[in-house]
Amino acid sequence: MTAMTKTATDKRKTAAVPDYHEQVVELGRETVGQVRCAEPFMVAEKVNVHYGDNHAIRDVTLEIGKKEVVALIGPSGCGKSTFLRCLNRMNDSIESARVSGNITLDGTDIYSKEQDPVALRARVGMVFQKPNPFPKSIYDNVAYGPRIHGLAGDRAELDTIVHSSLERAGLLKEVKDRLDEPGTSLSGGQQQRLCIARTIAVNPEVILMDEPCSALDPIATARIEDLMDELCEDYAIVIVTHSMQQAARVSRRVAYFHLGYLVEVDDTDKVFTNPQHKLTEDYITGRIG
Amino acid sequence: MQSTTLILLLGLLAVGAFYFGRDRSLSLVGGPGKGRALHSLPGYYGYFVAIWVVLPALALLFVWILLEPKVVAALVVDGLPESYRSISAGELNLLVNNIRNLASGDVVSVAVDNDLRRAAALFNDYSGMSRVLLTVLVISLATLGGVLAWRNIRPELRARNRVEAVIRWGLIAASSIAVLTTIGIVMSVLFEALRFFQMVPWSEFLFGTTWSPQTAIRADQVGSSGSFGAVPLFAGTLLITAIAMSVSVPIGLMTAIYLAEYATSRVRGIAKPLLEILAGIPTVVYGFFAALTVAPWVRRVGESAGFEVASESALAAGLVMGIMIIPLVSSLADDAINAVPTSIRDGALGLGSTRSETMTKVIFPAALPGIVGGILLAVSRAIGETMIVVMAAGLAANLTANPFDAVTTVTVQIVTLLVGDQEFDSAKTLAAFALGLMLFVVTLCLNIIGIYVVRKYREQYD
Ligand SMILES: Nc1ncnc2c1ncn2[C@@H]1O[C@H](COP(=O)(O)OP(=O)(O)OP(=O)(O)O)[C@@H](O)[C@H]1O
Ligand SMILES: [Mg+2]
Repeated sequence: MTAMTKTATDKRKTAAVPDYHEQVVELGRETVGQVRCAEPFMVAEKVNVHYGDNHAIRDVTLEIGKKEVVALIGPSGCGKSTFLRCLNRMNDSIESARVSGNITLDGTDIYSKEQDPVALRARVGMVFQKPNPFPKSIYDNVAYGPRIHGLAGDRAELDTIVHSSLERAGLLKEVKDRLDEPGTSLSGGQQQRLCIARTIAVNPEVILMDEPCSALDPIATARIEDLMDELCEDYAIVIVTHSMQQAARVSRRVAYFHLGYLVEVDDTDKVFTNPQHKLTEDYITGRIG
Repeated sequence: MQSTTLILLLGLLAVGAFYFGRDRSLSLVGGPGKGRALHSLPGYYGYFVAIWVVLPALALLFVWILLEPKVVAALVVDGLPESYRSISAGELNLLVNNIRNLASGDVVSVAVDNDLRRAAALFNDYSGMSRVLLTVLVISLATLGGVLAWRNIRPELRARNRVEAVIRWGLIAASSIAVLTTIGIVMSVLFEALRFFQMVPWSEFLFGTTWSPQTAIRADQVGSSGSFGAVPLFAGTLLITAIAMSVSVPIGLMTAIYLAEYATSRVRGIAKPLLEILAGIPTVVYGFFAALTVAPWVRRVGESAGFEVASESALAAGLVMGIMIIPLVSSLADDAINAVPTSIRDGALGLGSTRSETMTKVIFPAALPGIVGGILLAVSRAIGETMIVVMAAGLAANLTANPFDAVTTVTVQIVTLLVGDQEFDSAKTLAAFALGLMLFVVTLCLNIIGIYVVRKYREQYD
């Protein structure tokens, strides 16, 4: 009964492309391609997310390797952000959200009772769509994480962390002389790099990025893409993006989501040159938007 | 005809005029199907005619009501015998009042003679004539306005623009009433206060430490000087405000933080309306709560702890006032906290902060300007609060910082200065205006600073 009502709501959402909907229900249940990877670090098994009655993520299984960039793509509302937020339990703060299934980080279940979500988020950092620096100075923005986690013994150590984080985020040269100015006084692209610096200052193991460049111009975007290339030498990165070019440039593997299903996941070259699933093909050739 | 009947009649005429005007506009272009040939919707032509029926007639009515008593009085006085011509303006005023009272059958303060009786009859005649004349004039003006407007209707007449202009002016008039009244009140307080400062030097008022406003009404009374040093009053106000704020700020802030960051939406849904009820309790209820429950309790507790406590203590009034202000503080702080964008909250959580770290290290500092603005508004509310302190703080103008003593506040003194029989131009009465002016200036400054801070902070994220 509930399954039927859900199908009915889904149908209304995609009334313009009913045949795709049918295909997803029929064909999208089984993910095609390679969900497994050689050196899995973060593993999601049969993850389901409900927002109240809305079944936003359906049976998604995906492995993310150590030092690997995985891009999540798909049409708006397909659940990319929702899936991403499962990986550091940011969905906990949404009252209506229910997450089921199994997600492990380096072998430990992150949804187990013993797991403290606060400690988890120090290991799995997140960069948001809109730059969101705190209304504090540039220095305090970056120092915030190390301070609350007690990463620095004294002021000198904290200075080192702040400087090296800004350096790695490619921002140090621009803000060296104005560390006391508010973070909100920077430009949008600088703010986003500040947010990245803030995230890596905690020294996480995985970095989640939800459309980190969607509010930025092409030059700022290029800088952040370069930055990702460097960061992936140390961190696993999961990035949500609406730009196929960006996914092609920065990621090693691509996962295509559709209406809550993970339809296809494989090496980036393979997905973009030779997609296995018709839905993926239609999306990357621009027929679903 | 009575003015109210006349106004009702005008209303009826306006309704009729609306239909006439609308139908004429439609018939000019050839029926309801052709409404597009008109510049405005047909209804606007109806309103156009109705406005011309009502507005000029109403204007006449009001001018008439304003001027009629003066004109009639002048005519009646003209009809009096020669002997009355030479009397002074004040006496003339009294005389006219007496004539009016006699005419309406009220009590008269002088012996009724024939002159007076004749004058009263004359007064009644003129009033009756005036009423008939008014009715006739108003109705003909309404008809005239309506007919002219009706004939003026053409398809290209910009009826909508005209109607909207009238509406706009109506709205401007309505809002200027509030502004003008405020200005009027401020002016009258200012001028009365200036009169006070002619009697009592402002330096004594501002820096004197003795407040005892008993001036003598008769010259031979003792203790007639009166002394108007307002420092004890301001000190008392300050003491009670400080007590009130030290209750309401922590409790209000914690309430706001709990509601904004920790409470589930169900708890919030119950708690917020409850707080609003607390805000809606009339202050007089808080007042007797303070006087009858809290004050004796404070006294009992204080005395058992070995303090000497007045039965009307600053502490009791301050505590209750603090409770009264909690909803104000918490709702303003809640607004400030909610104005901090969720993205910043998510950013802090995403870095692995706990809820309380997010609150104390990120959200609270970000919301601080708004919270401070809200607290300033609450302070100005506390300073101006009257009822609770009248009932619970007492009248003794003590200069003290001891919360167990009785103190008095500016507002309490204003009330006591003006209650009862007073000479209106004595220093004692005028002192109330001086106090009012001070109060007004202080709360105005606090409000301006508070609103400025709140607004500046809002702009930061928009
Ligand atoms: N906080 C929430 N409460 C309820 N429903 C939500 C919430 N967030 C997302 N959803 C629903 O979950 C589904 C997936 O949303 P999600 O934000 O994950 O999509 P997305 O793929 O990130 O889209 P976009 O590309 O537009 O960001 C949508 O149907 C959305 O309506
Ligand atoms: Mg999204």
